[in-house]
Amino acid sequence: MDETLLRSLIPGVLGILVRRGADFAAAEDAVQDALVEALRVWPADPPRDPKGWLVTAAWRKFLDASRADAARRRREDLVDDQPAPGPVSGVDDTLRLYFLCAHPSLTPSSAVALTLRAVGGLTTRQIADAYLVPEATMAQRISRAKRTVGAVRFDQPGDVGTVLRVLYLVFNEGYSGDVDLAAEAIRLTRQLAAAVDHPEVAGLLALMLLHHARRDARTGADGSLVPLAEQDRGRWDTEMIGSGVAILQAALARDRLGEFQAQAAIAALHADARTVAETDWVQIVEWYDELAKLTDSPVVLLNRAVAVGEADGARAGLAELGRLDAALPRYAAVAAYLHERDGDLDTAARLYAEAAHKATTIAERDHLTRQAARLNNR
Amino acid sequence: MAKYLLLKHYRGAPSAVNDVPMEKWTPEEISAHIQYMNDFAARLEKTGEYVDGQALAPEGTWVRFDGEGRPPVTDGPFAETKDLIAGWMVLDVDSYERAVELAGELSAAPGAGGKPIHEWLELRPFLTATPNATDECHNGG
Repeated sequence: MDETLLRSLIPGVLGILVRRGADFAAAEDAVQDALVEALRVWPADPPRDPKGWLVTAAWRKFLDASRADAARRRREDLVDDQPAPGPVSGVDDTLRLYFLCAHPSLTPSSAVALTLRAVGGLTTRQIADAYLVPEATMAQRISRAKRTVGAVRFDQPGDVGTVLRVLYLVFNEGYSGDVDLAAEAIRLTRQLAAAVDHPEVAGLLALMLLHHARRDARTGADGSLVPLAEQDRGRWDTEMIGSGVAILQAALARDRLGEFQAQAAIAALHADARTVAETDWVQIVEWYDELAKLTDSPVVLLNRAVAVGEADGARAGLAELGRLDAALPRYAAVAAYLHERDGDLDTAARLYAEAAHKATTIAERDHLTRQAARLNNR
Repeated sequence: MAKYLLLKHYRGAPSAVNDVPMEKWTPEEISAHIQYMNDFAARLEKTGEYVDGQALAPEGTWVRFDGEGRPPVTDGPFAETKDLIAGWMVLDVDSYERAVELAGELSAAPGAGGKPIHEWLELRPFLTATPNATDECHNGG
């Protein structure tokens, strides 16, 4: 059975239940129950109309739960009021669901958890595994999130930017557990792109595809980090890169530039170069300039300093770096690299060691420690 | 969405403000202290910020390899060891600020005289296993 197809039906089914009058939390529970039943029943007895099957099963679960509830009478009235069954367009409901799950009243971790469950159709256990927390913790996080958005009216329009930030968080969480969250984020962003016409949705989708296409090449067989310049470009997924570039170009043509499109443009320039030497650093610097106008993130300026160092030489890069706050994350790593390029190997070795000390991931720390060791043992 | 380790020390932390050894507290004060810790953990479970928590015995043994075919050497505990971990709690929170807020709350657990201990707790971020997908290092870092 195609579990991805099954999961892609979830937001539509959930939307129908809510529109029929079920409150969000109860509808979400009912859909999860129906999902579990589908996983059990379908392999032996596949339905002709999977979505119709799910709607019927979920609605029955909802009614069962409601009948057992104290508010029995009031909810049973809904049965009489329910709209006649028939074809429904799932598009609007799906979109509303995205907005609800990314509602600004939720903390980022709650918004991510709720999105993965309600829109992505993942089980609580799968989400807990992916985030390396106990299932009970994730269950509580999801129930709290459902309570928080319980009072939100389902028809309120939302802010696309908030939804994109949540999807980007999911993408960046990477790939621990048995669910590939990066692939899941791409799937959800594709779904969103089909439901809403917005250049930044396309920009984020392109960005994710361009990063994802390089994933296999980013780590060595032992899990160590391979910097972009040393990656085996033959292991990049050229089809995915092509698809990302095409989506990006269509978005850029609409002349409504946003942060994600600019980031994707930089990723595309890296992906386009067949060798490191072919990288168009001058154009990359120009895109960083655009990006700096769109965001006040100092990390953008840090990355820009690297690009300037490649385009105009290490000295120019160091000059740019000198204007930034040395407390920025990865500042020491960038300084180390530029000093090495400039020929000051002692300073570079010291800075690599300092950067390793400040690294936030194991792979990054090990990589920087090796860089320091390489210069100290020359 | 970052994990932090909250370390409670038997020894090695700077002195608490309300610095009275536990064996000099009243039994009710000890119960109140333990209750506070349990309530704290239970509340974090409900907020979805709890990952793990364990207490450690004060007595430990040092172990090291002593060469091929020989049993490992054991020694200690060393009375002079400066630092001694009493237990830990692992949090999964949205921000560093939230982790500090929670650590501060745990440090306010009641001690002697029913007053907060103000003990020092050590807060350490976890290194994550995989780099952020977008932190691609096209340079040294």
